[in-house]
Amino acid sequence: MHQMTIAELAAELRAGTFSSEELTRSCLERISRLDPQLNSVITVTSDSAMAAARQADARLRQGNAPVITGIPFLHKDIFCTEGVRTSCGSRMLDNFKAPYDATVTARLKDAGAIMLGKTNMDEFAMGSSNETSFYGPVRNPWDLDRVPGGSSGGSAAAVAARLAPMATGTDTGGSIRQPAALCGITGLKPTYGRVSRYGMIAFASSLDQAGPLTTSAADAAVMLQTISGFDPRDSTSIERPVDDYLQQLDNDLTGLRIGLPKEYFGAGLDPQIAAAIEAAIDEFKKLGASVHDISLPNSQLSVPTYYVVAPAECSSNLSRMDGVRFGYRCENPKDLQDLYVRSRGEGFGPEVKRRIMIGTYALSAGYYDAYYLKAQQARRLIRDDFVSAFEQVDVIMGPTAPSTAFRLGEKSDDPVSMYLSDIYTIAVNLAGLPGMSIPAGFANGLPLGLQLIGNYFEEGRLLNVAHKYQQISDWHTRMPDNF
Amino acid sequence: MEWEVVIGLEIHTQLATRSKIFSGASTAYGAEPNTQACAVDLGLPGVLPVLNREVVRMAALFGLAIHARVAPRSVFARKNYFYPDLPKGYQISQLDLPIVEAGYLDIDLDEQTTKRIGITRAHLEEDAGKSLHEDFHGQTGIDLNRAGTPLLEIVSEPDMRSAREAVAYMRKIHELVRYLGICDGNMQEGSFRCDANVSIRPQGQQELGTRTELKNINSFRFVERAINFEVERQIDVIEGGGRVIQETRLYDADLDETRPMRSKEEANDYRYFPDPDLLPVEIDAAFIEAVRATMPELPDAKRDRFTQEYGLSRQDAAALTSSRELADFFEQTVAAAGGEGKLAANWIMGELSGLLNKEGRDISASPVTPQQLGGMLQRISDGTISGKIAKQVFEAMYNGEGDADSVIEKKGLKQITDSGAIEQMIRDVLEANPKQVEQYRGGQEKLFGFFVGQVMKATQGKANPAEVNKLLKQLLGG
Repeated sequence: MHQMTIAELAAELRAGTFSSEELTRSCLERISRLDPQLNSVITVTSDSAMAAARQADARLRQGNAPVITGIPFLHKDIFCTEGVRTSCGSRMLDNFKAPYDATVTARLKDAGAIMLGKTNMDEFAMGSSNETSFYGPVRNPWDLDRVPGGSSGGSAAAVAARLAPMATGTDTGGSIRQPAALCGITGLKPTYGRVSRYGMIAFASSLDQAGPLTTSAADAAVMLQTISGFDPRDSTSIERPVDDYLQQLDNDLTGLRIGLPKEYFGAGLDPQIAAAIEAAIDEFKKLGASVHDISLPNSQLSVPTYYVVAPAECSSNLSRMDGVRFGYRCENPKDLQDLYVRSRGEGFGPEVKRRIMIGTYALSAGYYDAYYLKAQQARRLIRDDFVSAFEQVDVIMGPTAPSTAFRLGEKSDDPVSMYLSDIYTIAVNLAGLPGMSIPAGFANGLPLGLQLIGNYFEEGRLLNVAHKYQQISDWHTRMPDNF
Repeated sequence: MEWEVVIGLEIHTQLATRSKIFSGASTAYGAEPNTQACAVDLGLPGVLPVLNREVVRMAALFGLAIHARVAPRSVFARKNYFYPDLPKGYQISQLDLPIVEAGYLDIDLDEQTTKRIGITRAHLEEDAGKSLHEDFHGQTGIDLNRAGTPLLEIVSEPDMRSAREAVAYMRKIHELVRYLGICDGNMQEGSFRCDANVSIRPQGQQELGTRTELKNINSFRFVERAINFEVERQIDVIEGGGRVIQETRLYDADLDETRPMRSKEEANDYRYFPDPDLLPVEIDAAFIEAVRATMPELPDAKRDRFTQEYGLSRQDAAALTSSRELADFFEQTVAAAGGEGKLAANWIMGELSGLLNKEGRDISASPVTPQQLGGMLQRISDGTISGKIAKQVFEAMYNGEGDADSVIEKKGLKQITDSGAIEQMIRDVLEANPKQVEQYRGGQEKLFGFFVGQVMKATQGKANPAEVNKLLKQLLGG
């Protein structure tokens, strides 16, 4: 049953072929048997999962349950879960049991989805390889010597290995799309404001969005439908009805205008990936789409802009981790200064410290105008590029990442090269647009992703475009050996 | 050398909302530590602020009251610093785009002169919690009940030239925010507190001297004392050949002195930037007009109206309008009495205030209602009782013995106005004092008062004094 889609699982649960309890037990069994190779799960919540599965079975028997009822999921450890450790991949929060549920958590639970556990991630979502986690690196199920991408690396690896049919992720600069690409699965980052950030531990507040990681676009639609919508507890969430994503899935693509930004196919892109992306684009032509060359002239500003904005916000967001009220506190602080310095010095890992330092610097008196303010201006230019592009095309396509999964440790000592692995995804966060990555082939035996970028609130169109492609391709059904 | 003192005030008013500025937790004062701090106030991972709309209304109301510009768009920013009672490691405040800009307030220097004090800005922010250094044996306790309480920080121009002006301005703001119903003004509980920026310069010099900031002064008396101390200190420093250093100083009320705060706290670079968790506050004209429509009559306007409408002196009118409650009490009394503004003013500021002050009570806790007081005034003006008897009636009412009419009835205090009865009593008095009658008629006219006294005594003060005078003159003349 671990190879079934959500729609198939939902049908079998209703047909009584198996119960949610059996399905959940099977997933838990796969996690305990297979995850030691991957290290994708930090905390397994077997007891509460089984209890939730029994409740879901009762609800299914009553009828009228949503599609997602009884379907197990893994939850990125950045979302607060009441009574369950919410570590954010950090020593700082290793002892933190959230006293409340994030809105995303609550929506999934309320809909009857079954939380199996919490997934590994880069510390505070800062990383592109899942190597910065306090709980150790996650391994890519396609090649255990390679990284799964990050920061939602645990979620992506787990779904790729079919430990669960779906998992949550968060995406600040590519943290859903890049690991989805590197693990050969489907991931979607919604429009900024579409999914509530309440209870999702903030990395960079103006960029963070939660989204689904699944094997297929159709499954992503089910999950996104559940977690989307206005939340009065998040002032940046948008009061606008959620489209019916499932209904749009099968829309015809005739006349669809696809834009290919020339900046996404330049130097630095693995030629094998470029070839695979071009092949995928040809498939869309067969589906009736037209292809247009476009330009996003300010693309080269994305990475430097992001590495001012995101660290600036994180330097402030992470100030609350001070050893005073919750989380890690150093032993025997001798005074207040010592409490702060050692609690934070010992609680945070090197990548988090690096970004706090960059952000603190960028916001400092005398540097604010040159860095933070300048970055905000660049951000507007980047957004304006997309706004003009969407006057000509309906969806923008390109590679998700410049390379396939790299080896563990390969980029650990070179932060800039690591940061460049998000070169195609970052602009989408800066602009607040929805973006998606779907499997589009293999290079050197490793999966690669096609990125789809939509206009604001056009998640439905992205899912539709991805779904139509997945109906004529089978990349998304490929599974790593040994899993 | 003659020195000119330059003072600007930053007044922190706690807005009287029921819940906090960014969370639903209660703002009530005095609860057990940390019982009024929800996940948002505690700054737990993942929580987000949501602006309480009521604070926007209150700030706009204040802005309109001080003739300021209420910004159509204002922005919350994060002020970053570490302190244990600041849960998030930053305070949400407003820096570049405050909600209120460029207003003013006129203060009274004396009966004739007023002075206009500029108000640079007023911005919204959240309060921090409290660090409790006592009772924890070398450790510090943190109470986060106050964290997230809404504050409106009102920043004046450096327009004040003496401690007295500073106090007058502070009192005026205090009076205003209470009138507007946006702050309870309770200084003991810290709902209204002030920092003073003080500098001196040679008389006639344009350029401002180096200022010091006096922190957290929570009474009118202390503002005056702290500023006066600081001015003397700065003069001593400069005249002693030294230089004033720009620093933050704490006023110690027990020692009546200011002293520098630890310089560590000053080395902060607050790294302000717009809070990405909150949208800019957008206010449209319709909102402003709706707020304006709820504007109560303000103290200055009320004072002017009282002088015109009730013929009160400016001083009396100012005293009666010093709080909305007192002014309302006055007007309700006048309404109940059917006029008699001056008489009402005299009774309220005289007898009533005297008794209330003695018991440390506020006008809102007066045991005599405006209706009761007005009823009594009516009985004075219609001649039922004299002003003298009224004091007895008033005291009885104050002690809860009912309204004026029932007191008069019960105690038989009704004035005797029947001239026949009064005449008979006068005749009795004259008959009983033949010697004095003779002396009076012999030219000792000052004995008239003696006869009045005797008659009043015989009637236990109830005879109408005018009637007594008239008849007595007639009968003594004959």
